[in-house]
Amino acid sequence: MTGLLLAEFTTTEKWVVNSFWGVIAVVMVYAALRVVTTKNVVHAALWLVVVLAGVAVQFLFLGAEFVAVTQILVYIGAVIVLFLFGVMLTRASMGDDETVADEKRAMAAVVGVLLLAVMAFALVDSFDDVEITADGPQSVTTVSDSIFSQYIVPFEAVSVLLLAALIGAIVVARQD
Amino acid sequence: MLLNQFLLLAAVLFCIGVYGVLVRKNGMLVLMSVELILNAVNINLVAFGTLTDDVGGAVFALFTIAVAAAEVGIGLAIVLLMYRNRRSIDLSEADLLKG
Repeated sequence: MTGLLLAEFTTTEKWVVNSFWGVIAVVMVYAALRVVTTKNVVHAALWLVVVLAGVAVQFLFLGAEFVAVTQILVYIGAVIVLFLFGVMLTRASMGDDETVADEKRAMAAVVGVLLLAVMAFALVDSFDDVEITADGPQSVTTVSDSIFSQYIVPFEAVSVLLLAALIGAIVVARQD
Repeated sequence: MLLNQFLLLAAVLFCIGVYGVLVRKNGMLVLMSVELILNAVNINLVAFGTLTDDVGGAVFALFTIAVAAAEVGIGLAIVLLMYRNRRSIDLSEADLLKG
């Protein structure tokens, strides 16, 4: 995936990259729709895997290799397993999701579409034809140098947050 | 590649996630929809980081991933607790604070 954003691509190569991107995007949107519409909770978790993998591919397109690898390790490796554990432990939820009133569904769809219309208008208005031109992928060295110098305080805060979440989850879910 | 193709894809994912949060009753499925929203934001962060050739976008995407992992852990603990107490994770039944 090195340098997919390089400017010196020929027109044909650009077309191939863009259609590959389009296929991934369509698959992601379809899978995301299935996550919010499917009746089966386990199927929703498995469709979520497709979306998360698609996001990782988007990170590769943007040249952020380390974020893409972290996405696969943390999300597909850990978060989905947590979700599946949660589904198995709350056995009542294995089957179908309870039916939702049609009017509530319609209102939620209206909210989603309106939000999308506003955001799409703002984005097209502001970044009409801004091109991304990166010179190759970001190296892990750059990312780690940045984390451990400029962003050391947020990094330590995230470490403490993870510890607090760990202890909090144990305290909340423990059987007394 | 255009910046907008990434931003618009993220906007679509975000709105699908909002729809899911609003329409789902099952606690697990609401948490999954929240994950969709967080991932849409991550695409935006990385896209702007690449646009400005600044590593900060990727770094903050990593922070978001860490916070999302913590959020899922706590959220699942709460859902499990709710299931243990009520034998159901239907969020529309969680209305004890309703007047």
